[in-house]
Parts: sequence; structure tokens; C-alpha cells
Amino acid sequence: MTKNIMIVGVGGQGSLLASKLLGHLLLTEGYDVKVSEVHGMSQRGGSVVTYVRFGEKVYSPIIDRGEADFIVSFEKLEAARYLEYLKEGGRIVVNTQQIDPMPVITGATKYPENLVEKMEAMGANVDAMDCLSLAEEAGSAKAVNIVLMGRLSRYFEEIPLEKWQKAIEDCVPAKFLELNQKAFLLGRG
Amino acid sequence: MKRLMLGNQALARGLYEAGCSVVSSYPGTPSTEVTEEAAKYDEIYCEWAPNEKVAMEVAFGASLAGKRSFCGMKHVGLNVAADPLFTCAYTGVNGGMIICVADDPGMHSSQNEQDSRHYAMSAKVPMFEPADSAEAIEFAKLAYEVSEEYDTPVIMKMCTRVAHSQSVVEEGERVLPPTKPYEKNIAKYVMMPGNAIKRHPFVEERTRKLVALAENCAFNRVEMGDTKLGIITSSTSYQYAKEVFGDKASILKLGMIYPLPEKLILDFASKVEKLVIIEELDPFIENHCKQLGLEVEGKDILPIEGEFSQNLIAEKLGMELPASKKLDETLPGRPPVMCAGCPHRGLFYVLSKNKITVLGDIGCYTLGAVAPLSAMDMTLCMGASISSIHGFNKALGKETEGKTVAVIGDSTFMHSGMTGLANVAYNQSNSTIIILDNSITGMTGHQQNPTTGYNIKGDPAGKINLEALCTAMGFERVTVVDPYDLAECERVIKEELSVDAPSVIISRRPCALLKYVKHSAPLMCDPIKCVGCKSCMRLGCPAISMKDGKAVVDTTLCVGCGVCKQLCRLGALQ
Repeated sequence: MTKNIMIVGVGGQGSLLASKLLGHLLLTEGYDVKVSEVHGMSQRGGSVVTYVRFGEKVYSPIIDRGEADFIVSFEKLEAARYLEYLKEGGRIVVNTQQIDPMPVITGATKYPENLVEKMEAMGANVDAMDCLSLAEEAGSAKAVNIVLMGRLSRYFEEIPLEKWQKAIEDCVPAKFLELNQKAFLLGRG
Repeated sequence: MKRLMLGNQALARGLYEAGCSVVSSYPGTPSTEVTEEAAKYDEIYCEWAPNEKVAMEVAFGASLAGKRSFCGMKHVGLNVAADPLFTCAYTGVNGGMIICVADDPGMHSSQNEQDSRHYAMSAKVPMFEPADSAEAIEFAKLAYEVSEEYDTPVIMKMCTRVAHSQSVVEEGERVLPPTKPYEKNIAKYVMMPGNAIKRHPFVEERTRKLVALAENCAFNRVEMGDTKLGIITSSTSYQYAKEVFGDKASILKLGMIYPLPEKLILDFASKVEKLVIIEELDPFIENHCKQLGLEVEGKDILPIEGEFSQNLIAEKLGMELPASKKLDETLPGRPPVMCAGCPHRGLFYVLSKNKITVLGDIGCYTLGAVAPLSAMDMTLCMGASISSIHGFNKALGKETEGKTVAVIGDSTFMHSGMTGLANVAYNQSNSTIIILDNSITGMTGHQQNPTTGYNIKGDPAGKINLEALCTAMGFERVTVVDPYDLAECERVIKEELSVDAPSVIISRRPCALLKYVKHSAPLMCDPIKCVGCKSCMRLGCPAISMKDGKAVVDTTLCVGCGVCKQLCRLGALQ
């Protein structure tokens, strides 16, 4: 049975490292894996989506509506935007950070309120946490991606902590390794 | 060892393993990473060419010399390179030659949704289409063999989901092909009428031989399952079809998309009760099947626009969809925006403020069209800004000359802006052209170009001086401005628009995302001084927002460019 993880956020937040880490880890665990990314124009501060799929044999590189076992979101509004991709009983792991999109900045519209509560009211399992503060505690605001991976790792009981730590070691430049390992553990809690 | 590879990276690996020696490309999403990854192999000479036509001609020259060569581009790039394509189809090759074209169904990062498969048919050149990374490696090797055996360039067609998806591959060794010495052959390589007339029958005969190859080659395979439904498909559509049907349908998966087989398709059709063609964009395979007299479903049930997905195919073919819920409110969109500190912002602010008509071009700066700046009137294709302003001003003369500019990036100017500029100089229109020189090809992810002074590997290279070039073309008025200095930009733009002569303004400052660019300390807004006049908000900077009636700067995004400070009359932004 193929499992689906969607990583969503705002261009420039570091979702490519998160998907690289997951892809590497899951391949090492013996799964067939596909990861689909978005490059180019939508990267410039726009809404970005990365799909990670794994299982015995994976065909489609993308995740469709109602298929995601997990939505890992770098930002609240982006989690809400992709809610319809969540499978029934699926889980959302979301950084509670609010990044105003341009229509909100220009005053054309307002940033929606109580998004986490609204998603929960729709029956989604939402695990919301302030990843930005934890990333800063680890040493860099840029480590939000690895904090989120730490949180996600709690839901993969079959993959021991050491495997995640080894994957981080394989995917992150040596000079940022300590910072990222710390960020991961802070996220995992 | 098994590893994950992006489709584009895998194609580069395939080039390496097949002994490719020369790569020349122009960047374009979703094709760029093939060449970036190929450049990591020291055994392959790689370069960024000024445009796709040049790139293809470089690859052709290397093939003529007897080496395996490659050029890569996005779908619209093949329009630029169509000229050499149609004639190297006649000359054929010496060393194997692969032309990669990457389509962008859904237009993630493109100005149109053209289907490049028509080029293969039109130019009479074989086209292969991998469906994942492992096939990208395998097809590259086979493509070189076909290229040399059948004496033809081969087109490798990618699409966004194959190019930008990682899947599992196993790497092999690099195997160099036997050397093919260069031999002078006027009849084959000098395409003047007398010779070309003799080459055309060769091309037709070659296509007939390639059809025979298509009937029985490793690229095309039948996967028999339930015979109530037969599906003919290729590329990423194959993956979606397998996802939906598994073995509940029989599938003919085509990897060679031109020329298409006949017997293979007829034979497959005879074994299934109903036949559906699943292909993105145009009915290319479908039309072929209809020509063979087959009754098929295709574009009558599946869309001609946009990308496919597993749910779309399931829905259109009457399968059940997974349940899904969405919030019952309209969420604010998040369109892409110019980055905080983007040097283009200041210049577009000045154009917007002065209500100037802006004929735009292709690059990050196309985002100048987005609110609140909304400072763009037209974007067509690479280089069109300069050619179009000439036509615009010739049509309306004094009415538009003093309030219209063309804007074009440094890389786009090198690509196909120079010829338009030559036309302005030659046919004399009173046009004002602004070259947005951010010292890099930005939108595609920072590739070097002839104006940056560095090559694809980051080593020092030739550097074209834009001022000297424009002067040499005959422009007497060439001015350089710093787009962070709003007053100076406004003064120069107004002056150049007012004079009765063609002029070039070079707006020069490196992209704020370049690693070597030193940023200043982020600005802060003093809530006591700020009266909430929203002057700074007119910039559309993602680092500034309004909270409780006051401007607030996001210090994690702000790079201290200081453009907003110049708009604050109360000195609140410091």
C-alpha cells in the first residue's frame, strides 16, 4: 500500500531539503520512492508543494485529493489550502507561523482566523506547533524544515530515531549538522 | 547501488554513461537541471549558450566532428531552435546527437502549453519519451544508438512531472562509443538546393525504417491485464493510468512517440474490447490511431488543457474517487512575488508611479505585472519587448514614444534582445529600452550568461560589456542607474523619455539572492513615527505588512535594501 506525504509551504522555506531527507530515508528503508518537486516561477514566494510517495511499487509521482496520509505544512494558510488532499483519518503536522501572502499585505483580503480549529472541525487530526521558535532555539530560523521532520518522525514508529539521524547526516552539510540534529530532536519533543 | 534521482539528473547520467562529449543548452524550466547536472561530470564539456538556436548548432557541430552531443531546452526554446532542427533532420549526424525538449503541461513556469510532439512529426525526427528517471538513463543510451544507426538527430521529450520527479535508478559505467572521424561530405552536409533535394528522399526512407523499429523495440511495451479495457499511453500519463488501473486494464506503453508503430497498435487493439488513449495536451497518439481506422476514446473524455492526475483519469473513466473535504471559505491566494530586496522592485515602482506603458519580457521581472505594482502591459516571448516597442512606437509615434519603455533582463537580452535592438538602431524608432541587469539568469535558478563573466562551472569566462555593445550598435544615449536609488531612476527615465532619440538605460544591481551579495541590516518601523499612510505598501515588498494600522517589517525577510525608506516621509523606516 503506497503512503503519501505532502510537504507544503511558501517558496524559499526549505521544503526541498525536507523532501530530500524523507526520500533518502525511505529508500534506505527498502521502499520504492517517488518525490515530485516544483521549480521555477512558483518558487518566488509563492505556494509550493512537494509530494513524497513510498511503498512496494509507486507509479504516480504526485498525490491527489483525498490521498495524503500526512500533510506537513510550513505555514498555517498553506495547510488549509491543501486540506482537500488529506485522506480520511490523515494527519496534518503544521508550523503555526503566519506568513502573509501579497493579497493580505496589500489589504485586498484578510488572513483567515482560527485555521487550526477550522481544520480540526473538518475532522482532520492536526498537530500544530511553533516550529520557528524551536528552530531559533536550535540556532537558525532556517531549520524549521528539520523541526517539522522531527515532529513527523513521531508518527513513524517503525523507523527508529537513529535511522532519521543517519539520514540527516547524509543529507545536510557537515557544518550545519549539529544545528540540524538539535532542531530535529526539538521537533520530535 | 540504488539511489533517487531527479528525471533531469538521470538524463544527465544517461548522457555520461553513453559517452556524450559536448553539451550546449539554454536554461528553461523544466529542462535546466539536465545541463547543470551534466556539468558535474568532468568528462563532458558543458556550456550555457546565449540561446537555444546557438545551443543546437553547437551540438550539431560537435556531432559533425564525430562526438556524441546534446542540447537541452524547454518547449518554447525549441521554437527558437526550430531552424537548425528542420535542416539537421536532412543532413543527419556523424556522432550521435540528442535534443532534449521539456514540455510544461499546466504551465507551472511557462507562457504557453504547446505540445512539442508535433515538432518530431513536422521535422521528421524520431522522438523518445521516458516515463521516469530509470527510463531517462536507459533511453539516453538507446537514443544515441538510434541516432548513429539511422543517421538522425533524436529528440528526447521530457515533461515537468518526469523532469522534476525523483525516482529510483541504478547507475552504470561510462562507455565511450567508437570514434567517428570527421570526413568532408559536401552532398550530405552542405544543404543547398541541389543537395537538399537528394537528402529529402533519404529522410522519408529513414522514417519508414524507424516505423519498423517502433514495431519491435524496447521503448514500446505491452502490459496485458484485463482485456475489457485497453489503454495506449506514454510518459507521466502511463504512471497515472497504472496508479488507477493496475492490472485491471491492458496497457500499451509507448516510449517512442515518433514515428508511431502501426502493427503493434493494431495488434494490441484487436486484443481489447475498448480502447482509450491517455495523453496530456494534444490528441497526438489518438489521431494516429484514428488514421489507422481504430475506434478510440481520447480527447472526447479527457481534457486537452492542463496536467493529468490519477483522480482526473479515474473520474473521467468512471472510477470511484477518494473522499476529501475542504474549508468552506475562500482562502487568500499566494501568487509568486519579487523577493525582498529584489533590484527590479525599485525600477518597477518608478514605472508604476509615472504610469508608463511597459512592454515586458520573460524572466523574474515578469512579476512586475503583479499587484500592487501592475507595471507591465505585455509579455510575449524571449526578446519581444524590444522588437514590440519599435512596432508600437512606429504605429503611434509621438503619442507613445514619450511614455513607453521596453524592459528586458540581461540574459534575455543576450538570448534574443540584441537583434531587436539592432532593428531599433537601424530602422530608427524613438524607443527607450531598459536592460534590467541583475548579473544572472534569475528565474531558472541562477545560471551564468555572457554578461556575467563566469561560465557554467563558475570559472572566469568572457564578459560582454553591455554599454559598449549598445554604443557600438549606434545608441548615443546609454545610461547606467542603480534601481535601489528611486530618485535617480525617476530622473533618468523621465529624461530619456523626453529626448527625441532612441536610448538604453541599464538598471544594474545583482540579484539579492546571489551568494556574494552582501546584505545590510534589516530595517525596523518606528511605530511612534508611523502614521499608517501605507506609502511603503505600494512597493509590494513581502517583508512589509500592516499590523494594527502601522507598518511592520519582517526582519527574517528584509535584506536592508532601503527602497521603502525612500518612500517614508516621516522617517519611520530606519
